[in-house]
Amino acid sequence: MKDTVIEPLVGRSVARVEDPALLSGRGRYIDDLPVAPGTLSLAFVRSPHGHADIRSVDTTESARAPGVVAVITGQDVAARSRSMTVGVKADVECWPMAVDRVRYVGEPVVMVVATDRYLAEDAADLVAVDYAPLDAVIDPVAALSDDAPVLHPSLGGNLINERRFRYGDPEAAFDAAPHRIGIDITYPRSACTPIETYGVIASYEPGEDAYDVAANFQGPFSIHAVVARSLNVPGNRLRLRTPPDSGGSFGIKQGVFPYMILAGIAARIAGAPVKWIEDRLEHLSASVSATNRQTRIEAAVKADGQITALDWDQIEDCGAHLRAPEPATLYRMHGNMTGAYDIPNMAIRNRVVLTNKTPTGLNRGFGGPQIYFALERLMDTIARHLGLDRLEVIRRNLIPAAAFPYRTASGALYDSGDYATALDRAVAEGGLADLYARRDKARAEGRHYGIGFACVVEPSVSNMGYITTVLTPEERAKAGPKNGAQATATIAIDPLGSVTVKVASVPQGQGHRTVLAQVVADRLGLPMAAVRVLADVDTMRDAWSIASGNYASRFAPAVAGATEIAATRLRDKLAKVAAVQLNIPPEDVSFAAGRIAAKGNSDNSLSFARTAAMAHWSPGTLPDGVDQTLRETVFWSPPELEAPTAEDGINSSLCHGFIFDFCGIEIDPETAEPKIDRYVTMHDCGRILHPAMVDGQVRGGFAQAVGAAFLEEYAYGTDGSFQSGTLADYLLPTVMEVPEPVILHHETPSPFTPLGAKGVGEGNCMSTPVCIANAVADALAPEGNAPDIVLPVTGAKLAPHIFGDEPGAKDPVPEMKAKATSGGRKLTGEGRTVVQASRTDVWQMLLDPATLDAIIPGSHGVQKVGETRFNADVTLGVGPVRGRYKADIELSDLDPPNAVTLSGRAVGALGTGGGHGRITLTDTDAGTEIAYCYEAEISGKVASVGGRLLDGAAKVVIGEFFRALARHCGGGASSGPFARLTGLFHRITKGGRS
Amino acid sequence: MPRLTQDDTHPVRFTLNGRPVSARVTPRTLLTDVLRHEIGATGTHVGCEHGVCGACTLQVDAEPARACLMLAHQAEGCDIRTVEGLAKENALTPLQEAFREHFALQCGFCTAGILMTLDALFSRQPDADEDAIREALSGHLCRCTGYAPIVQAALAARNRIKGGPIDA
Amino acid sequence: MKPAPFDYVAATEMGEALQALHEGGTEARVIAGGQSLVPMLNMRLARPATLVDITRIPELSRIEAKGDHVTIGAAVRQSTLERWPDLADRLPLVRAALPWVGHTQLRNRGTVCGSVAHADPSAELPLCLIALGGTVTMRRRRTTRSVAARDFFHGMMSTDLAPGEMIVSVSFPARKPGTGYAFREVARRHGDFAIVACAAIARSDGTATLSVGGVADMPRTLDLPADAQGLDERLNEFAWHLQARDDLHATARYRRDLVRQLGRATLKEALSCRD
Repeated sequence: MKDTVIEPLVGRSVARVEDPALLSGRGRYIDDLPVAPGTLSLAFVRSPHGHADIRSVDTTESARAPGVVAVITGQDVAARSRSMTVGVKADVECWPMAVDRVRYVGEPVVMVVATDRYLAEDAADLVAVDYAPLDAVIDPVAALSDDAPVLHPSLGGNLINERRFRYGDPEAAFDAAPHRIGIDITYPRSACTPIETYGVIASYEPGEDAYDVAANFQGPFSIHAVVARSLNVPGNRLRLRTPPDSGGSFGIKQGVFPYMILAGIAARIAGAPVKWIEDRLEHLSASVSATNRQTRIEAAVKADGQITALDWDQIEDCGAHLRAPEPATLYRMHGNMTGAYDIPNMAIRNRVVLTNKTPTGLNRGFGGPQIYFALERLMDTIARHLGLDRLEVIRRNLIPAAAFPYRTASGALYDSGDYATALDRAVAEGGLADLYARRDKARAEGRHYGIGFACVVEPSVSNMGYITTVLTPEERAKAGPKNGAQATATIAIDPLGSVTVKVASVPQGQGHRTVLAQVVADRLGLPMAAVRVLADVDTMRDAWSIASGNYASRFAPAVAGATEIAATRLRDKLAKVAAVQLNIPPEDVSFAAGRIAAKGNSDNSLSFARTAAMAHWSPGTLPDGVDQTLRETVFWSPPELEAPTAEDGINSSLCHGFIFDFCGIEIDPETAEPKIDRYVTMHDCGRILHPAMVDGQVRGGFAQAVGAAFLEEYAYGTDGSFQSGTLADYLLPTVMEVPEPVILHHETPSPFTPLGAKGVGEGNCMSTPVCIANAVADALAPEGNAPDIVLPVTGAKLAPHIFGDEPGAKDPVPEMKAKATSGGRKLTGEGRTVVQASRTDVWQMLLDPATLDAIIPGSHGVQKVGETRFNADVTLGVGPVRGRYKADIELSDLDPPNAVTLSGRAVGALGTGGGHGRITLTDTDAGTEIAYCYEAEISGKVASVGGRLLDGAAKVVIGEFFRALARHCGGGASSGPFARLTGLFHRITKGGRS
Repeated sequence: MPRLTQDDTHPVRFTLNGRPVSARVTPRTLLTDVLRHEIGATGTHVGCEHGVCGACTLQVDAEPARACLMLAHQAEGCDIRTVEGLAKENALTPLQEAFREHFALQCGFCTAGILMTLDALFSRQPDADEDAIREALSGHLCRCTGYAPIVQAALAARNRIKGGPIDA
Repeated sequence: MKPAPFDYVAATEMGEALQALHEGGTEARVIAGGQSLVPMLNMRLARPATLVDITRIPELSRIEAKGDHVTIGAAVRQSTLERWPDLADRLPLVRAALPWVGHTQLRNRGTVCGSVAHADPSAELPLCLIALGGTVTMRRRRTTRSVAARDFFHGMMSTDLAPGEMIVSVSFPARKPGTGYAFREVARRHGDFAIVACAAIARSDGTATLSVGGVADMPRTLDLPADAQGLDERLNEFAWHLQARDDLHATARYRRDLVRQLGRATLKEALSCRD
C-alpha cells in the first residue's frame, strides 16, 4: 500500500473551530464568566475636568447609600499600592486613580463598591468632589511653550522625554542634495474601539497577600510586572487570567491594566470579590487611544527624486500620564523610519509631551499610522515639487530585492521582500491604468477625482528591547540589556493519545485556535479534530513570558512558529518510539491520517494515539534517548532581535511585511463628501497560513483605517473637555461606509520565522489613511502645492475647497454663536430688551436675591453669602435632560446704576458650567433698555455625551434667564436673538424679504 | 393601575426562545441585564448601552430591537428571541452556517445582534436584495471583519433559505 | 451606565396615563418606544421620578386617514407607519424621510409621536411635520388641544407640552394632487442625525417651500412664491439666517453650504416629481 497523500491543512481556509460556539451565544467573554457568590460591583466617579486640583472628597453620603460596601479614594489606593512604573527616567508619578489632581476628563477619582452596578452608580452620584479647575493644555506643541499649564509640577514642564538620533551623515546629505523638501503633519487621535469594553474580576486573599485577577487583557505580559509592582506583591502573588473569548481589542485591551490594580485594591478593601465591566462612556473617555502627533519631516532629494536623507522632528502626545509601555508608540517603528525606501542617512528628534487628554496605549498599527502618514505625504509632496510621476518617485527609492536581508539606517533588519515586483503586480492586477482612465474622464466632466498611493513596511513581532531606545546608551548600559521576544507553546498528549496545544497568545477573535490546530495536525499527521487548542492564559499555570499576548502581529510568525517547533520536537521523539516498533530508522517514519507508518509502506504502521500515549501507560518501553512524549514546551526567541546598539541602532521588529496601496476617491460635487471609488491593497506577509483569515485581517484593518480617515476623532475642547463621549459622536464606520478593497498577495517567506509567516493584522491601519489622504490631495489639487490634509477628511473640511469662497449674507445676521473651532466650546451671545421700570429700580432688582431666585431658571433658592455673592441651588436643562446644580453667582465691576458683570459657575452631576455676562442699563423713552452679552463654557458629562445638542440647549437655558429677567423687571417684548429670529422667520416664511 | 415602585422588585414574565421565563427586578432594570444576569442567557452582548452599536439586538415579537434600550418591564408579555434560540439541538441554521463558511465573524461579540437582525429580515423578506441587507446591517457595528464577509454570508444564507444556489 | 431609579406605570387606558402624568408633574415622563429617552436614562442625563408607558393603550396605536389628513396615534411605531400600505400614496414625504430615521432596529421600537415630543432639531419626523404644516394633539387630565407644528416646537428639545400633558397623536396633511415632495439628507454616516436635512414641497400653483432640519434649533421653512427669481440668493439668505453653529460633526459654514446645495437639489426634485 502506498503512502496516504493528504493535502496539508496549513495554507487552506479551513472552517474556524471557534465559530459554532460564537454563533450560538455560547462564547465565554469576561462578563459571561461565573463569579463567586457575594461578588460585588464596582463603579467609578470620574473627573469632569480636563485639569483640576482635588480640594476635597466627601464620601459620607455615598458610603451610607443602599448596598454600598466601600467607597475608595485615590488616597486609599495610594496607601495600598505604588505608583505605576514609567518607561522613561523622569520625576513623575503615575497612579491608576487620581490622588490630588485630575489631568483628563474621565480620570478615575473614587471607586464605589456595592452589591450591584445600579446601586454602585447611585452611590457614585452621591460622592462630592470639590475641584479647583486649572487651565488645561490640549495641543502638544502648545504644551511645550513656557507659559503652558504644567500637568506634573515635579516634572517642571510637559516635556517628559527628548532624544535626538543621527544615522549616517544626514547633514552632509542635505548639503549635497539639490532639493530640501518638507511637510508639516498633524496626526489626530483615534482609537480602535472594540465592541466589547474592558472587564475585570478581582479577589484578594489576605492570608497569602495574593491577588487573583481575571481581565480581558490582551498582553503584553510585561504589564504583569507593572501591575505586581504597583500592587506591591511578588509576581507569584498576582495570578492573572484571561477569559476564553474576548470581544475584540486591536491593542486597546492592553490598557485595562490600571483597572486590574484598582479592582484588586477594591476587592482587598471590600473583603470580597469585585467585578467591573466598563461602560461605553467610560471606555471612550478613559480607556486608551492612539497618540496624536505633530511631525515635521524633510528630505534631501536629488533631481531624479532619489532621497538621500530624512530629517524627522516628532512631538508625541501621550496624554496625561506616560503609562506603560509608552512612549512605545513613538519607538515601535524606530527601525522603520525610512519605510520601504533605501535611504542611508537620517536625523531624528523625538519629543514626548503630556497633555490633558486620556493616556495613550496600544492601538492597531501602533506608531505606524503616524509615521507613514508623514512619510507618504512627503513622497507625494516630493513628486509634486519636482513635477515627477508619483509612482516613479516611489520606485526610485524602493529597497531592491537583492538587498535582503536589508539593514535600515536606524538598525532594522528587513527579513525578505521584493517590493518592486509586488508594486508592479499591484499596478497590473489592481487595474491602475483603468483607474487613471476613470480619473481622466471624471476630470474632463469637471468632477473632483484623485488617486493616491502608499508604500508601507509592516513590522511584526516586536523586539521587547526596542522601547529602551528611548533611554540614552549610557542609561541602557546601566539598566542592562533588554531584547528578544519569547514565544511559547506547549503540546501535550493525554492517555488516549489526543493532542492538546496551549499557547499564551490571548486571541481577541483572530482564530488562533484554528490555525494552531492546522499547524499541529499537519506536523503530527492528524485530522484537525484530533487537536484541541487553548489560547487563554493563567499566569500561575501556563508557560508565558513578558512577550506573551496578542500584539505586534506576533501570532503567525512567533506563536505559530513556536508551536511548529514544539510539534516537530514531539514528532521527532515519536518517530524514535515508532521506529523501534516498525523496525525502521527514525528518518523513515512518516505521520499521516492518524497513523505513524514506514515511508513507502503504509501497511507497516501504528496508531498515532497508541504510540503517543505509550509514555502514559508504559514509560518503561520507551527507547533510550526518549525521556517522555507527554508534553513539550518550547520557548522561542529569534536571535535577530538584539538590544539597541551603542549607536542607537535597533532591530525593532523581527519581520517586515510590505504593502502597496492605491485608491481612487471622488468628492461629491453637491455635498463635498469624499467617497472611495476603488481601493487596491497588495500585501506581502510572507507565507500565508490561512488565506481567509489573512484577508479577514486585511479587511478589518482596512475598515478601521477607513474610520480613521473619514470619521473617527477623539475631540477635546481647549478647556480639556472631551467631546466624543458616545458612539453617536465617536463614529465607527458601518457597512455603508466601508467598501470592499481589492486584496492582492505576493509571498516572500520570512527566513527568520519557523513557518516563513509574517504578521499581517496592522498594515492597512498604516497604509490606508495616508493613501486616502494622498488621493484627496490629488482630487483637490492635481498639480502644484496641495492643501494640508488633516484626518478625518470630512465634507465640512472639504467644503471650502469644493464650493470656494462663501457668499455673504445681505442682511446682518443676529449675533449668537458657539465657537467650537479648535475645540473651544465657548458659547457667546447677546441681546437686549426694554422694560417698563426705571434704571434705578432695575438696578435694585439685580442686587436682590429675591430677583435672582425668580429669574434663575429652576431655582430652588438663592442665598446671599456676601455683598455681591450668592449661592443658588438650581435645576437646569432642556426637555428630559435635567440636572440639579449648585451655583455660585457673583456680581462684579459694579457701575451703579449703569452696568454690572454677572458671573456664575454651576456644578452638578451632569457637568460644570461657567460664564459671565455684562449687563448694561440705558434709559429709553419706554423705560430701561437692558442689554447683555455673555460668554459661557460647559464641560463634564453633558459636554462629552451631548456635544451635538449642547450649544442649543445652553442657549435655551441662558435665554430663559434673560427672558425671566425682562419679565421680572416688568418687561416688554424681548428683542434678544430669539425674538429677532422669530421676527425674521416670520418675514422669511411670509415670502422672503424682497 | 399597576405602579411599579422604584425601590422594589416586581415580577416580569415573557417568552424567551419559546419558553416562558420570569424574573423579579426593579423598574429601572434593563432587558439586557435581566437576560444576562438574572436568566443567564449571555448570548446577547452589551456594547454601548445607548443603542448605537447593535450588539444587544434581539427580536421582540419577531422584530429586531435593541435590548439595551428596553426596560425589562417593557418586555412583559412579549415574545423575545435571542441568538440562543436560533439553532435547534446544536445544528446551526443556514444563516449561522453561512457566517461560518464566509468567515463573517472574528471576535464574535457583535455577531449575535447581527444574526438576529438578518434572521428577522429573511423571515419578513425572503428575497431581500443586497441593498436591503446592507440597510439592515447598517444598524450594527463590527470592528473586526470590515463587513464584506458579513454581506457575503447574508447573501449566501438568503439563497440557501430560498432554496436557490448556495453561493451569492 | 444604568438608569437612576424611577417608578414605572404601564397604563392600559388613557385615564390611567393622564392621572399618572398629572400626579408626576414635571418629574413624570411618557415613555413609548424609548429610543431617545432610554439612552438619556442610561446616561443619567434624564432622571424622571415616574415613567408612564403608553404603548399598551389600544386607542393610541391607530393610523387613521380621514379626509385630507393622516392621524397617527402616540403609540404607533415608526416601522408600523413605514409598512402602512397607504403611506406612499398619502404621505410621500414621510415615506421618503422614514428610512433616514435611525436604523430599522430603532424604528421597530421608536414611535412617530415620540420623535416629535423629543424635538431633536436634526430629527426627520419633526421636519416633515413642520414642512407639511401638520398639527400635534395633546391631552391633559381634563383638556385636549391641538396646535400647529410650527407652534409646537419651541427650540432645542423644547416644546409646547406642559407638565402633566402628553401627545395623543400627530396629524399630517395628506398628499395633494399636482404636488411634488422630496427629501434629502446629509449625515456623517447612514442613520446618524442629520447635519442638514431638507424637505421640499412644490405645489401645482408653482409655489414651493423648503424646510430644513439640523441647522437651527428646530426645523425652519422658507416659502417661495410662484415666480421665484434668484433662488440661489434666497437660499443663501435663508442659510445665513438659520444661524448654523459649529459642532463636532460639521462647521457652520458646511451647514450653510448644504442648505444652499441640498436645498436647491431637493427643491428641484420636488418640482420634477409633481404629478
